Parts: sequence; structure tokens; C-alpha cells
Amino acid sequence: MISHFLKLEWKQFFRSSHWQKGIAIKIVMAFLALYFIVVFLAIGVGGYFILKKQFPEQDPLQMVNSYLLYALLGDLIFRYLMQKLPVMNIKPLLILPIKKSKLVHYVLAKSSISFFNILGLFFYIPFAVVLMIEGYAISGALGWLFAIILMIQSANFLNFLINKNTIALGVISVVLASLIGLQNFGIYDVTALGGEVFDAIYTNPIYSLIGVVVLAVLYNLNFKQLKNLVYLDEAVSQKVVAVKSADLSFANKLGDVAPFIKNDIRLIWRNKRTKTVFLMSFLFLFYGLIFFTQETYKEIPAMLMFASLFVTGGFALNYGQFIPAWDSAHYKMLMSQSFKYRKFLESKWILMVVMTSFLYVLSFPYLYFGVDIFLMITAGAIFNIGFNSLFLLFAGSFNRKKIDLNKSGFGNTQGTSATQFLIILPLMVLPILLFWLFNELVGANSGYIVVAAIGVISLLCKKYAMNFIEKKYIENKYVMINAFGKEA
Amino acid sequence: MITIDTISKKYGKTEVLNVENIEIPKGQSFGLVGNNGAGKTTLFNILLDLIRPTTGLITNNNIVVSQSEDWKNFTGSFIDESFLIGYLTAEEYFEFIGDLRGMNKVDVQKFLGQFSDFFNGEIIGKKKYLRDLSKGNQKKAGIVAAMMGSPKVIILDEPFANLDPTTQIRLKTIIKKLTENKEITVLISSHDLTHITEVCERIVVLDKGVLVKDLKTSTATLKELESYFSV
Repeated sequence: MISHFLKLEWKQFFRSSHWQKGIAIKIVMAFLALYFIVVFLAIGVGGYFILKKQFPEQDPLQMVNSYLLYALLGDLIFRYLMQKLPVMNIKPLLILPIKKSKLVHYVLAKSSISFFNILGLFFYIPFAVVLMIEGYAISGALGWLFAIILMIQSANFLNFLINKNTIALGVISVVLASLIGLQNFGIYDVTALGGEVFDAIYTNPIYSLIGVVVLAVLYNLNFKQLKNLVYLDEAVSQKVVAVKSADLSFANKLGDVAPFIKNDIRLIWRNKRTKTVFLMSFLFLFYGLIFFTQETYKEIPAMLMFASLFVTGGFALNYGQFIPAWDSAHYKMLMSQSFKYRKFLESKWILMVVMTSFLYVLSFPYLYFGVDIFLMITAGAIFNIGFNSLFLLFAGSFNRKKIDLNKSGFGNTQGTSATQFLIILPLMVLPILLFWLFNELVGANSGYIVVAAIGVISLLCKKYAMNFIEKKYIENKYVMINAFGKEA
Repeated sequence: MITIDTISKKYGKTEVLNVENIEIPKGQSFGLVGNNGAGKTTLFNILLDLIRPTTGLITNNNIVVSQSEDWKNFTGSFIDESFLIGYLTAEEYFEFIGDLRGMNKVDVQKFLGQFSDFFNGEIIGKKKYLRDLSKGNQKKAGIVAAMMGSPKVIILDEPFANLDPTTQIRLKTIIKKLTENKEITVLISSHDLTHITEVCERIVVLDKGVLVKDLKTSTATLKELESYFSV
């Protein structure tokens, strides 16, 4: 039986859409994964030495121990928000002659090797290895590591118990806040207490066995709870979200484009992935802070230009690059309706322009960093509005990948193809290069002027550009219908 | 109304459709039957200019569908759930289609009023997105949307599948009513021989992309179809 389950897992993993991608994306994804693994390993291996160097008079292990309690609580909150029991997988198995208890064990066992439980180990395991090399007691370090793993697993199962319970989240948040409070106002030394517990495990590895008991109890509670819920109307049910309708009649003023605008607003607000894109564009607003606050970048204005483009361009870039794949699910229907393709494109354009302008208004506080920075952001915004929004529409006519709107947004690369990498050149590199050239060679404000001028010129040529873009989309109609009809 | 002229479609070397000539006069209720892979949906997709045929032309009211888009103004269709916009409620979807077909909010309300029996209280005012409706209810919404904006041609691919018995009967009444005055041409495909012989005055059988039967419906048609398919 277990081998059957393992086979299913294997196939699920390697047949998932992640692997059905073009080679370019695979390589980029592999590099990203490698990057994160190396970063975590580096922190794990280097952590010991960094702590030793920064705080020579303290024991690095004790320092780590003293913060483990917070790590645990933070981990729980993170899990609460992000981690769900992978229970839908067993739906097709429910009607097969397999004991329910086995299915429940399978679901629970599967959850214990989830990403959330592995990530931390990239830090703890190298840290423990370094401890042993540095002359700490081997049994102690191993016991400590064992206890940590048990703690992570316990958190895993505790999360599923409290997942359906908002009160539990409140309690954990309050406990965490009050612990930090107690610590900060010097009422009670919580870090010391947490530290002592794990120090004790290091000196007496046998204590780590308490963790086994805790884990066993939590696992059992989960098992009992879930076994009673393996029904299609209980745990194994797709959640139906209640409709949230907002009055969008204000959009009617836009005339012919109104139905599409309303549709796009609903598209963005009612689907996970697009919602992520929308909210991310506000995070991009803060991108400038990374660059503008550092002295080193002040010497390289081209880098500041790069940041400025991102400050206002977050929405246009993230949303625009997947036009018209956002509508891939019902593209066939759109193509059998009577409307001018222009209107469909126009609505996307208006959306990008309005959002970019809005983000520009929100970026006014950057004036704090001086007029130069603000001019840069202004030039960037004009470029984003004028050139980028049109160019993204054009680039969209090359999109051939379907997007399933129901899938979540984080780390979802569905819809990504070589197009997304190629468009970066004119979108980002061109303005930076021009800015750099004029700034170096001509000087004064010519850099800003050139970047802004491209935006203004593009805006003036909008009508012609739109004609051209519309033609491109109509030419590619059949190829797109065919591509969007295929499973992503 | 609709002329299908030597339409064929090839994918690589396999030919999925090869129809010599079909002439569908105005106001006809035209039925298409055939086993899976017979080319019914492909033919409808070509008719809607969603797929390009390898050879041949289809004209809809004297408009070649692959050359002009004017046929869209008088043609309503529902092929499958991908014609729905999953993140809209049924009302919003009807409003959207209505907007595209030149109906204002009042028109849409009035139009939907005729279908309150057909909807059986399961579509309107449900506070549910279309993606969360059952297959049958999704189909109801799609079929009604295809009839919006008083089209002259209505194309429905397997409209009876997934519908409950009551709704199937109501749909039959609706289709019969549509073609009553010989003004509206209706094209439907179905796997249900009883239903299709009941509502269509003409039935065409496709097999592996080729037209094998073209029948004027009579009392003997159902028997003939049943004996044809019981191999």
C-alpha cells in the first residue's frame, strides 16, 4: 500500500505543471532554488561564526537557543496563514478499497515532509554539524537537533489542529506579543527561560524524548479529528467563497470600454493570483527604499533609475506581462462575441495607466530623498505610462500559455514563457541605458528628459501603436485560442 | 442561412472532419449527432471561426465567417464551460454579454424574466460565482446567454447533457418555440437521440468526420438512428 502511495506522490511531483515548462524557465527556476538553498546553508554554516565574532563573550548555541521560542511562535503564525492540510489529494482514493485510517495516515505523513518543515532544517542541520566540529558534545548536539526536528513536526501538527480555529490564532498572537512585551519592559526574561529549556536538552539529550511524547499526542489528536472528517462535505470539500459584489457602475462613464473594465476589476479582485499581483504592486512602491537609502548607489544614478522605474511600474509589469492570458479560460467565448478587439485592449491599457498614475501619487513621499530622486521617479512614471503600457500590450500578443486563475499566486509561474524574459530588455534595460548615456555624456537633467520624452512620444503615438497591436492580436487569434485551450 | 462548403480539417495527417456540402435554410432546427470524435464540436468551432478549416468555407447569412466578423452580431452560441467567465456571478455574466450585445440593464432584466422557469431559482440571486455552480446550472446560464440580443442563429453544443429531466423538457419547449416562426436558425448537437429527434426537423449524422446520414425528421427517424448506432 505504501509503495502505491509513494508512486502516486512521485508521479504527482514529476508530472506537475512545474516540469512541463520550457527549458529556459526550468533553468531559471533551478538557479533560484539553488540560490535559496545556498543562502540558507550559508546562514546555517556561517551563523555560528558570525555570532561568535559579533558577541565573543557569549556562547552561540545559547544565543540561538534563547530565540528558539520566538522562532517557534512565529513559525506557527506563518503556518497558520499559509499551510493547509493537503487533503484534496485523497478524494479519488475515497471510493477505493482502502481503509480510511490508512488514508488519514497518508495525508498526515505527507504533511510532515512539506516545504514548511524542510526549510528550517537548512539552517539547523548545518548549524548542528558546525557545533560538533567546533568541539561541542556530539550526543548533546545530536539531541538538540533531534529536539528541534520534533519541535518543527509538532508545530506542523499543532497548526492543523488550530487551523479551523480563529481563537487559537488570537491566543498565539497574544502570547507572542506579551512575551515580547515582558522581555522588552524587563518584567520577565523570557528569552532566558526559552534558552534554558534548550540548553538543558543539550546537556541532557535524553530530555529530547519529551518531544517524542508531545509529537505523538499531537499526531494522535490530528488523526482522531481528521478520521471523522473524511467526507466530501467536511474536510475533503472545495471551499465555496461567498460573493462579494461591489458597485462598479462608476465605470459606466467610460462608455464602450466599461464592460471590459468592470470585468477586469472583478478579475483582479476575485482570483488569488491576480489579487497577489495587485497587492504586490504596492510592495514594489517600497523598492526605492532599498536603493535610495544606501550611500553606495548614490554614485551610480543608473541604478537609481532602475529602482525608480520599479516604484511606479509594479502593476503594469506584473499584470501587463500576462495580457491576454488572464482571460485565457474564456478566450473562446470572447472571440465569438461581437465587439471591437480594440475595446478589450483599451480596457487593459486604461487599467495599467490608472494604476501607474495612482502608484505615482503614492510615491510622493519619496520627495524626502530630494528633488533629484523625485524627478527620476517622475520620469520613470511617464515612461511606464507612455511606453511600457503599450509595449506590454504588444508583447502580450506573443503569450501562448494558459493561466488557471484558481491556482494561488505565490511562486506560480504558470503562463510564463520566453516572452516574459525577452520583454525585460526594452522595458527596463532601454530606459536605464539611455538615462546612463545621456547622464554621462550630456549631463545636467538630460537623462530624465530623455526617459520622460520616450514616454511622452509613445503616448502621442498611441493611436498608431494601438492599430498595430490590434492587428497583431487579430492575426494571432487562432493560435491563441488553440494554446489557451490546452491544459496549463 | 448557413452554407457549409467542402469543409475539412486535418491535424498532421489525421483528418478529423471532411464535409462536402450542407445547406441550412433560415428557420431550420438542425441537429447533429455522432459518436465521440465524429467532428461535431470541430464543425461548430469552425462555424464560429474559432478554428480555421484546412479547406473550404462556411457562410453565415452570406457572410464568410473567416473573412468578416459581422456574423457575430446575429449569432449566439454556447459550446462548453469555457464560454463562461468563472469569476463572475450569473447576473454579472448576463450583464457583460448584454453589454456586448447592445442590451441595457433593463433589457437584460426583461430578457431574463422569461427564463425564470428554466432557471428554477438556481441561477439568479444565488450569491455564487459561476465557477462554483454545478455543471447543470452552469449549462443553464450558458444556454440562456447564447440567446441574448435576439440572435438569428443559435449554436448549442450538447445542450441536454448534465441537465436535470425537468430542465431538459423545458429546454425542448424553448428550442421548439425559437424555430416556431421560422425566423431563428438553431443548430444543436446531442448524444440523446430521443431529444434531438423531438426538437430538430433535420438530423445529420457524422462519423469520423464524414457525413453519413442527412434525414428529414419523421416518425421513423428515431428507429433509424437507433438501428444505425446499435452496432
